[in-house]
Amino acid sequence: MRTLTYREALREGLDEELARDPNVVLLGEEIAQYNGAYKVTEGLWNKWGDKRVVDTPISEAGFIGMGIGASMLGVRPVMELMFWSFHSVAFDQLVSNAACVRYMSGGLCHCPIVVRGPANGGTGVGATHSHIPEGLFAAFPGLKVCSPATPADVKGLIKSAIRDNDPVYFMENTLLYGNTGEVPDPADGDFVIPLGVADLKREGKDISLIAHGRSVIHALAAAEILKAEHGIDADVLDLRSIRPLDVEAILRTVHKTHRVVLVDESKPFGGVSAMIATIIQEEAFDALDAPIRRVCSLDSPSIYSPHIENEQLPNPKRIVEKVLSMKFA
Amino acid sequence: MLQASPASLDFANSPINQALTAGDKVNLYKQMVRIRRFEQASLKYYNAGRMAGFLHLYIGQEAVAVGTISLGGADDHFITAYRDHGHALAVGMSMDECMAEMFGKQTGCSKGKGGSMHFFAPDKNYWGGHGIVGGQTPLGLGLAYGLKYLGREGCCLCYLGDGAVNQGAYHESLNLAALFDIPVIYVIENNGYSMGTSQKRSSAYQSCLAERAEAYGIEWDVINGSDIYEVRAKTHIAMERARKQHQPSVIEIDTYRYYGHSVADANHKKYRTPEEIENYKLNHDPISVFRTRLVAEGVLTNEQAESISKDAAAEAARSVKFAEESAAPTVADIGTDVYWESDHQTAASKIGRHFFNDTAVQ
Repeated sequence: MRTLTYREALREGLDEELARDPNVVLLGEEIAQYNGAYKVTEGLWNKWGDKRVVDTPISEAGFIGMGIGASMLGVRPVMELMFWSFHSVAFDQLVSNAACVRYMSGGLCHCPIVVRGPANGGTGVGATHSHIPEGLFAAFPGLKVCSPATPADVKGLIKSAIRDNDPVYFMENTLLYGNTGEVPDPADGDFVIPLGVADLKREGKDISLIAHGRSVIHALAAAEILKAEHGIDADVLDLRSIRPLDVEAILRTVHKTHRVVLVDESKPFGGVSAMIATIIQEEAFDALDAPIRRVCSLDSPSIYSPHIENEQLPNPKRIVEKVLSMKFA
Repeated sequence: MLQASPASLDFANSPINQALTAGDKVNLYKQMVRIRRFEQASLKYYNAGRMAGFLHLYIGQEAVAVGTISLGGADDHFITAYRDHGHALAVGMSMDECMAEMFGKQTGCSKGKGGSMHFFAPDKNYWGGHGIVGGQTPLGLGLAYGLKYLGREGCCLCYLGDGAVNQGAYHESLNLAALFDIPVIYVIENNGYSMGTSQKRSSAYQSCLAERAEAYGIEWDVINGSDIYEVRAKTHIAMERARKQHQPSVIEIDTYRYYGHSVADANHKKYRTPEEIENYKLNHDPISVFRTRLVAEGVLTNEQAESISKDAAAEAARSVKFAEESAAPTVADIGTDVYWESDHQTAASKIGRHFFNDTAVQ
């Protein structure tokens, strides 16, 4: 199988959807002539031209609202936030318009948009550029949220997101863009991963590490350490999609291992992991042999200092320590 | 060089108004009267506690919605803010579906899920009905962008109030409209008050609010909203500019609302003088002005006008009855119209959990 970077796989997915549907249009800051602040859209403007790949001014509320309005008429805008952290200047459009217009119109309107971009800490850009809003947006009924961790997943999921007839907020990670992985060849058929399907990235029997986004990579690294140094064999479940959520896969791993550590780059209060913990205690309480534990970002705005930034975030060391703090009978 | 005084211009002579038949003119009058009678009925039942939430009345502003929307062709689109009843009736929505929406009934245009501020009729090119001040301005831009993207000849009229001109989203939209040559027309319905704060106390401006468009290189105009002929004549120019040249415009239509920002606006008689309200009613009311005009033109008799008023009041009363007799939404209805995929029972909607109500305890 081919190996691509996460960035290349994502670009390939965008390119294939531009080819499949003439109503798909990419909009965002620096995505066309500059080739993308993170080079995700590199070459797409050259290939598709001004109509399909559009540079916007720095006006997130303006161009995201514009995409929402256009989507009601049948255009399918895929809008890049250079950082998901900039959601706050477009918040009214993202939640009052995109999430609610279908409901408020009694189902007369719908909003087939994708808003995508990186949502992560760990790059030394301080609190304003390091927000992790997947839990925030998943809390709005009407929105869908996903957060892929690997090149194959990012390609398969962006294609599903673009084809979905509801607004999908697609959260990437600047620290994953350069990661490589196997991605099926387009010659072997249309590669699409549905929203709402988690992926068991590693099989184990002793504990479930449930994560999404870059936390999956940390969980996999932690699992290797746990196995090699402590004889603990972890299941690593990658949620991939936050809403819709693969609750069955979550319950399956809980019933298998009876112990859970949730790894989530969100801050602890009300993050994705808080929701998963609620679901597990509601629906699999009797399967648990220990309280659910979480490794989230430490609860403060995101620190700048490169010396300790990674200590604020989930990392393999923190995950291993958390697992070892739990009692194993 | 001879200069015509703007006050002496008679917009009845503009080609777009010359094209009106006597029947068309009476129909414009009728539409304005229907809006007023509908809203008077709404007010009565709102005050009687039959509706929840807010009631933002359009009374006094009718010539704006009726005049502008009367110019709409097959692919011209409309979107407004929360003071949306007038536009709804003007695009052809029925009093029944609008009244039922305010009563919170299943038969409402939005199935009772939107309320007074959120009327929609996409089949009539009417895209709401939006509750957040200025929040609809990028959406109107997007509808117009969509028309151009899809290669359709048309434009979008995006209405906003004089308070909304100070929202950032509006300025972002103006910049994008000019930058991308988008066929959108921003219609500032200037009723003088941003809720309870007068224009002078809320906006920095030179001659008027539309003039801000100058900074973006966008054409603009100011219109007397009590003269439906003027509304039509000047709006038509902006719409043609949009349809044929993909150029945006900002038009400011001076108008007035008789009631408060909403009926819940307890102070509306304090921030305005009774004389100010009376002066508008006596001298500038768009319905009275047009009625006098049409009677003078010999197009309408006072008897016909009375009969139109009576019919509209009866239609409004019937809509109240319809609303009262309609069923309320059920608890099960709360969970529909959230996701398109779920409503259509698609394969995608069956994968993963979409709704997170507590299902563990039955």
